[in-house]
Amino acid sequence: MDLICPAGNLPALKTAVDHGASAVYVGFRDQTNARAFAGLNFSEDDLRQGIGYAHARQRKVYIALNTYPSPAHIGAWQKAVDRAADLDVDAIICADLGVLDYATRQYPNLPRHLSVQASATTHAALRYYRERFGIARAVMPRVLSLQQIERLCERQVVPIEVFAFGSLCIMVEGRCQLSSYVTGVSPNRHGVCSPAKFVRWDEEPGGVRSVHLNDVLIDRYQAHEPAGYPTVCKGRYEVGGEIFHALEEPTSLNTLQLLPMLKAAGVAALKIEGRQRGLAYVGTVTRVWRQAIDQLESHPGAATNPAWQRELDAHAEGHQTTLGPYHRSWH
Amino acid sequence: MQLTLGPLQYFWRRDDVFKFYRAAAQWPLDTIYLGETVCSKRRELGTRDWIALANELAESGREIVLSSLALLEAESDLSALTRLVENGHLRVEANDMSAVQLLRDRKLPFIGGPSLNVYNHVALRLLCADGMQRLVLGIELGRELLQEFKDSGEPLPEFETIAWGRLPLAYSARCYTARALDLAKDDCGFRCIDYPDGLPLKTRESRPFLTINGIQIQSNEHCDLAPDIAELHAAGVQLLRLYPQTNDMESVVARFREAIDSGRPPQRIGKESGYWHGQAGMERLPGSGAADPVQAVISPQ
Repeated sequence: MDLICPAGNLPALKTAVDHGASAVYVGFRDQTNARAFAGLNFSEDDLRQGIGYAHARQRKVYIALNTYPSPAHIGAWQKAVDRAADLDVDAIICADLGVLDYATRQYPNLPRHLSVQASATTHAALRYYRERFGIARAVMPRVLSLQQIERLCERQVVPIEVFAFGSLCIMVEGRCQLSSYVTGVSPNRHGVCSPAKFVRWDEEPGGVRSVHLNDVLIDRYQAHEPAGYPTVCKGRYEVGGEIFHALEEPTSLNTLQLLPMLKAAGVAALKIEGRQRGLAYVGTVTRVWRQAIDQLESHPGAATNPAWQRELDAHAEGHQTTLGPYHRSWH
Repeated sequence: MQLTLGPLQYFWRRDDVFKFYRAAAQWPLDTIYLGETVCSKRRELGTRDWIALANELAESGREIVLSSLALLEAESDLSALTRLVENGHLRVEANDMSAVQLLRDRKLPFIGGPSLNVYNHVALRLLCADGMQRLVLGIELGRELLQEFKDSGEPLPEFETIAWGRLPLAYSARCYTARALDLAKDDCGFRCIDYPDGLPLKTRESRPFLTINGIQIQSNEHCDLAPDIAELHAAGVQLLRLYPQTNDMESVVARFREAIDSGRPPQRIGKESGYWHGQAGMERLPGSGAADPVQAVISPQ
């Protein structure tokens, strides 16, 4: 089972490789990928170095080109495909039909992975992308239960990659317009969710802090409460007279305890979320998952090390984790 | 300009659904979309019931389209989708790539729903080659993108846009209605039937913000593009979609029909679309919105 780790810059890529990633996924420094944050991502020069570093150690590098271009700007995405091919990356990760079509025609030998942003959840949808674009792998949206993942793997349409750890999109990826509705900036089109330039923190009397996103109150925190980043889905709202996290709590996905089941199901690769996270996160999370996968392969049935769970919890958003959609009770 | 009745997004009692659509068959509509698009657990009408109702309504002379689910998870969802696709003669609105594939397998023409991600002319071209004859524009697709579609020189399908109702913003595996009622989704008791126009979500300042509809999140505000019909028509939109609501849908339809037939733009009673103007969906445009929306037509409260 491959371990696919995130990197937002060259040091993170090297850290992921050093700590046991099978492949590292990255993005160019523009809107062509779904983590288009300021100060994040790779210049061409850094990427060339990073790919050299990974390849010298028999590891792979994937480039995410997983946003949806408009007609006027599709040329920039096509050029990004050209650059990826020229850099000799091991795969590109795409969602848009237009980008996939271009890559399939121009670079038939460059492996194409279907991004989570394509929202494909059934073997019929996967068949579409395989027949049209010959995809080599598909990343599943974080909506399916473990049993549904097992069924999908049984079909063997394409090798399946699932999210194993990291921040949790509560909505189907590629099907969420909450950020777009509030700010006009969308994960699908611009590669950004709830961008920082729309965030406003205010101090109120008594140490209360409130946070708005484009003038919509997302949450309010007492002096002692830890405050989270105001993505729309993780705010507290009033429903039926009660105020609570009506959509989702600030929490991270952690499937460490499901690892044997994911392997038995035939999952080809595990993905770690977090290209926006720092070196400590990338290093620790990659190392823990590498150890867990190696132990599972060398000593199937051995108990997981409790220290692993503690280390992962320390890096989880809001310091809490969930089995997320893989476990039915989460739904 | 044609008028369509979009698929019912909420969960209504079986009798209410039949009553609504038998009345709707008499309203001045060109097309009626039927089917469950939000949650596969909703079974007041099963797939066979929807197909039977569609066949009954087809006798009214309206175009009837069967709408498919936006988010499929289980094998049983695919079986239901197969039944819809193999209905024999009615076109299907594909709200997911699974539906596109099943229709393409059978070489059946179809309508692309608003939850397909179509953002450029190449995606349009491929889907048209697959059999797509009409695209219901995703909510983010505004005036500028539509112009870019036209400028691409590609053969285009018909374009339909959401002109009335709450905007569908997001889908999840989680049911937010069940969550709000502290119920597990697997044991939800189908309580969304108690919220036939959705469950309001407000900010902590009690400002209306979103609407919970099972696994779907909608805007709180009703989009109302009736005053913009001439502009939509000039931009290349051929069909206007009106989403069903419990309160006096007949008047909603009549108001749009009157606006089309008379050519006189009515006063806006819902919200203009920020998206159409290339802005955030919730954005208010200076001078273009109604200062005092006529709530009576929108909701019974």
